[in-house]
Amino acid sequence: MSKKMIVSAVALALLATNAFAGGHCASGKTLEKGKFTIATGNPAYFPWVMDDAPESGQGFEAAVGYAVAKEMGFAKEDVVWVRSSFDEAIQPGVKNFDVNMQQYSITDERDQVVDFSVPYYTAPMAVLVGASATGTAATIEALKNLKWGAVGSTTAVQKIANSVKPNNAPLLYADNADVNAAITANQIDAAMFDLPTALFLSAVMIEGSKVIGQFPSSESDDADQFGMLMEEGNPLKSCVDTALNSITKSGILASIEAQWLQDTTGVPLIK
Amino acid sequence: MPKYKAAGMTRRELYEHQQRRRSLIIAGISTICVVVTIIFLVPLAPGWEKVQKSFFNGAVLTKTFPKLLDAFRVNIMIFAWSAPAIAILGLMIALARDAKSPALFPLRIFGAAFTDIFRGVPVILTVYLIGFGIPGLGLPRPWNSPFIWGSLALILTYSAYVAEIFRAGIDSVHPSQRSAALSLGLSERQVMKDVILPQAIRNVVPSQMNMLIALQKDVSLLSFIGPVEIFRQAGVYKSLFANFTPYVGAAIIFLIVTIPATRYADYLMARQMRERR
Repeated sequence: MSKKMIVSAVALALLATNAFAGGHCASGKTLEKGKFTIATGNPAYFPWVMDDAPESGQGFEAAVGYAVAKEMGFAKEDVVWVRSSFDEAIQPGVKNFDVNMQQYSITDERDQVVDFSVPYYTAPMAVLVGASATGTAATIEALKNLKWGAVGSTTAVQKIANSVKPNNAPLLYADNADVNAAITANQIDAAMFDLPTALFLSAVMIEGSKVIGQFPSSESDDADQFGMLMEEGNPLKSCVDTALNSITKSGILASIEAQWLQDTTGVPLIK
Repeated sequence: MPKYKAAGMTRRELYEHQQRRRSLIIAGISTICVVVTIIFLVPLAPGWEKVQKSFFNGAVLTKTFPKLLDAFRVNIMIFAWSAPAIAILGLMIALARDAKSPALFPLRIFGAAFTDIFRGVPVILTVYLIGFGIPGLGLPRPWNSPFIWGSLALILTYSAYVAEIFRAGIDSVHPSQRSAALSLGLSERQVMKDVILPQAIRNVVPSQMNMLIALQKDVSLLSFIGPVEIFRQAGVYKSLFANFTPYVGAAIIFLIVTIPATRYADYLMARQMRERR
């Protein structure tokens, strides 16, 4: 036997095991035999999918999609990407995908008509600062000296009190617009939001503001959790959940998050 | 010997005594009936248990009450510096509107415009506009503090009301007193300061007490622009515990302050009525 043949034999054997693992859990449950069909937005955005090309595996959701597929035993080429609109996917009915990933927050209302996997992302709390404080380092020490604000009805209040413990009592407001007004009037330096909200506010709403850091996500923040969306009663759910749990445990999910949602967005983890 | 003689009362006094006792007993019974009905009937309502859990939750109340009292200190602080400022500004506006000299006519216009504007705009709008608007002009810290500008909004609004009450007090002093004082050789200034104002202010004390009580509650509106006073603190706890009991706790604290104040205002009002009769 030549060396080349041995390599191919090993590769074949590996493929067979993988196929077996896939068949073990997902066989007969996918839309198309031997294929794993993932839907994404049309178009799909940064940093969830880079350049609207999920096939590249670049971007947070694209990378998570391939990681889950691999865990379930599908080869990279067995992953099929389709597009769906956001609203169309959360309506009841037959779907053209096995799972759909486009930042679907898991809510009880949606759970009535579709199924969600266990969360693959928990939106962490992030620090938004006004123009005068953009130079602040992403450390607890530096954050303590800022004048803080938050929306009074959110868990951000507890996050400030428990994690930052600022030297000055924070000011609290009724809604995001009032926090914006206070940042603009320079009455507060920093405000606590979940990361997607903070990125949106800094990009669109408050001139000169910047998201300078994010906290490690935690259950107690009661923040949005994104799950893979499936047709109601999809038998694939337990299989997807097992795969997600396993890449969570192995740290693969965390490293994907670090690559695409911390390094790429330029919002470092607060130390 | 008849009974009323033994008690040292005339027949009429005895009759009145009996009537009083009768009406006291009836009032007592009727009050007890109403209270008992409420105590027994309200818990029979199908939603009572849920309401009790989310509005009258003892565990949540004991957990949050001390912190609510703490936050109430912020209310007291804002009240303490706003009330004297309101009294002074209100009196000045009232005097401006009452200026007699033709040269001071612009002052009268100013006084009228001031009361029209600040009585006509809801307090919360004034708090928003001044509390976010003026600091937005680019004032440096600490001069852009919501405490300063929020208090100013309260002061402006309330002095408009207070000025109107002072003016009513000034008008309530009979013009003959002014004429008499002038004929004695006192100047306009002296007449106002020594003859009219002492009577005018005394006449309006009960009405001004009511303004103080209203101000005490409206201090909470400052929570909309940032300060964490009792209302905002209660809101934070409401979200944290998903329970409305902290609001009830805040209401209790307000009542502890406002009920004695209201009773005192009533007492002053009644005393004044007696004196005038």
